[in-house]
Amino acid sequence: MKISATTSYPSFLLRLYILSRILLVSLLMSAPVHAGGDTVVGFIYVGSKADYGYNQAHALGADAVKAMPGVKVIEEENVPETLAVQNSMESMVNLDGAKLIFPTSFGYYDPHVLSVAPKYPGTAFLHAGGLYQEGKHPANAGSYFGYIDEAQYIAGIVAGGASKTGKLGFIAAKPIPQMLRNINSFTLGAQSVNPKITTQVIFTGDWAMPVKEAEAANSLIDQGIDVITMHVDSPKVIIETCERRGIYSSGYHADQSGLAPKGYLTGAEWNWPMVYTGFVKMLQEGKPLPHLLRGGLKEGIVKNSPYGPAVGKETIALANAAKAKFMAGDMVIYKGELKDNKGNVVIPARQSLPQTDIKLESMDYLVAGVIGSTGS
Amino acid sequence: MKALVTAAAVAFENLLIPICALLASLLLFGMFLACLGNDPFEVFHTMYRGGFGSLFSWRNTLERAAPLMLTALCTALPAQLGLIVIGGEGALVAGGLVAAMTGLVCGSFAPWFVLLAMLAAAIVAGGCWIAMTGWLKYYRGVNETIASLLFNYIAIALLNHLVTGPLRDPQSLNKPSTPPIGNANMLGDMPGLGVHWGLMFGLSACIVFYVIFFRTTFGFAVRIAGGNLRAAKIVGLPVGRLTLITCFAGGAAAGLAGGIEVAAIHGTANATLAAGYGYAGILVAFLARQNPLAVIPVALILGGINASAGLLQRTHHLPDAAVQILQGMIFMMVLFSETYYGRLQALFESRRAA
Repeated sequence: MKISATTSYPSFLLRLYILSRILLVSLLMSAPVHAGGDTVVGFIYVGSKADYGYNQAHALGADAVKAMPGVKVIEEENVPETLAVQNSMESMVNLDGAKLIFPTSFGYYDPHVLSVAPKYPGTAFLHAGGLYQEGKHPANAGSYFGYIDEAQYIAGIVAGGASKTGKLGFIAAKPIPQMLRNINSFTLGAQSVNPKITTQVIFTGDWAMPVKEAEAANSLIDQGIDVITMHVDSPKVIIETCERRGIYSSGYHADQSGLAPKGYLTGAEWNWPMVYTGFVKMLQEGKPLPHLLRGGLKEGIVKNSPYGPAVGKETIALANAAKAKFMAGDMVIYKGELKDNKGNVVIPARQSLPQTDIKLESMDYLVAGVIGSTGS
Repeated sequence: MKALVTAAAVAFENLLIPICALLASLLLFGMFLACLGNDPFEVFHTMYRGGFGSLFSWRNTLERAAPLMLTALCTALPAQLGLIVIGGEGALVAGGLVAAMTGLVCGSFAPWFVLLAMLAAAIVAGGCWIAMTGWLKYYRGVNETIASLLFNYIAIALLNHLVTGPLRDPQSLNKPSTPPIGNANMLGDMPGLGVHWGLMFGLSACIVFYVIFFRTTFGFAVRIAGGNLRAAKIVGLPVGRLTLITCFAGGAAAGLAGGIEVAAIHGTANATLAAGYGYAGILVAFLARQNPLAVIPVALILGGINASAGLLQRTHHLPDAAVQILQGMIFMMVLFSETYYGRLQALFESRRAA
């Protein structure tokens, strides 16, 4: 025993020495690995790719890009909005040679994309959020977003037609303008069918709070609400709760009809496959990438889930008529006179705000008929 | 001579056991990978490439390790007193929030002054945050683990309330934040490294606290109180004061981490401050066996593992959870290996006796 212990020592040191040489050599030799000729496109998600929601919608877009010829897709999920995302983006450029990166979470842009993009002028960084400011932000950055409240307006019409109690529920994460716009558009859509309809809002406080979301859904159902929609990262728990309790649900971000085959009415969805394949095609053809891309139903950036079995024929006709107006470009959701739920006039009579109006971007009110308050 | 041999045995043991634990967990993880149909050696090579394989990977690792060093101290220092504090996340948030507020209040002064004030405020805020748990523990008998955990929720709720309410920058529409402290007041990178100064703060804090807690009479008193509270009181040690100071020191380190997050990265306080560095720090502290000096290599290893996580997803299509499983295995192995300490020394002594 004693002898073997002493003899193994030099060989151990020798191995250590060899190992350290190998490490040193590989340290010096490591250079970016480029996939042979293919354009490398990176996607970064803030949560799980299979969340039935925000991230899954983007991952579906990535899947569509994967099917394109001459493209290699690399993906990272569960990347927090910290230095981690800067490192992920830099790693995609340095180690994989990515030419185009889609950081898909809203919080990735400022300060993360803004500080990484100037370091890598050969790579384009396109962010989901519509935050690009011309002249102020790096030339190789860009931003895109959709007017998903148009799809929520249609979903509101469907919900209004399906509801028997005239009470709708909306489970929302945070009282930010984007969220309020969805709640208001959904309510206005429902009121176009039944002016007396109300929407009860519950704010959960954060993007992914499955327990609170389930509690909120149950408490809404206990109040006699019979259609629930939401704006949270993963609608899964809410949709499942609605189905179990036997009420209708309307989805968000992606198609959740598989979770509620009976009660799923429709949903407001992103159409990222179209957007992402479009961007990659532009890159492959050497065309300049747009810095700011926005649009709604007409541009095909958002869409509605196919109508569920519980949606009546009359309701479908109403929803399709509104959709046709959106497609023709002459639908205006926000027009006067519009009052908020405290009785103040927020849009005076004869004034109408088209979807592109910048005023809508800082919305801070809930329209009449919404029960809830914007304070968190 | 005997003392020397014993000391050498202890030192050797302190190195050998954690390294064996690390190797054993890598072996286990390799088996797990093989079961998933991956070549473990290829995966390990990718992990090495992502964490330590190039200058860029090193930078990535160092940037991830920096906040972990500071938040680990939040658990490791009170542990010298025998307290298990897991409030690093709350202290970090408190530090970051107060740093951002300070940056706004003195925004018109010279940048060096603003930075100094922000970091000092972060230290005080984080320190007081954990000192409160120390106070509750010593003077009111409240369990420090539960208290510090609940304090995390309070800090995060406070942050969310302030950034969506009274302190909200009206410009930050869809990502509620405090007004930015301004580019001129940001903490830059260390020259030549491309890593922000947080790394420097993390390294120095670990070394300074090691010296204080293991090489001074104050540290000795703290560890006596940690070893036997009654004995410490009988010999007249001011245990209450020691508790408050030690908890303050731990919280100060985590608070500084929050201040650096604001000053070097975000430039504003918002909900992303609570990104889990505080919780990861608990793991680092336990792996380092609560030794401030050992926190440095452990933070580097965990930083490297985290840095390689993205590459693992991209090249081997492993789920993000794979890395968490490896971390869990390391944690279990290190806890398990605790039972082996002291055996080597006993072996040496029995051999000399024979």
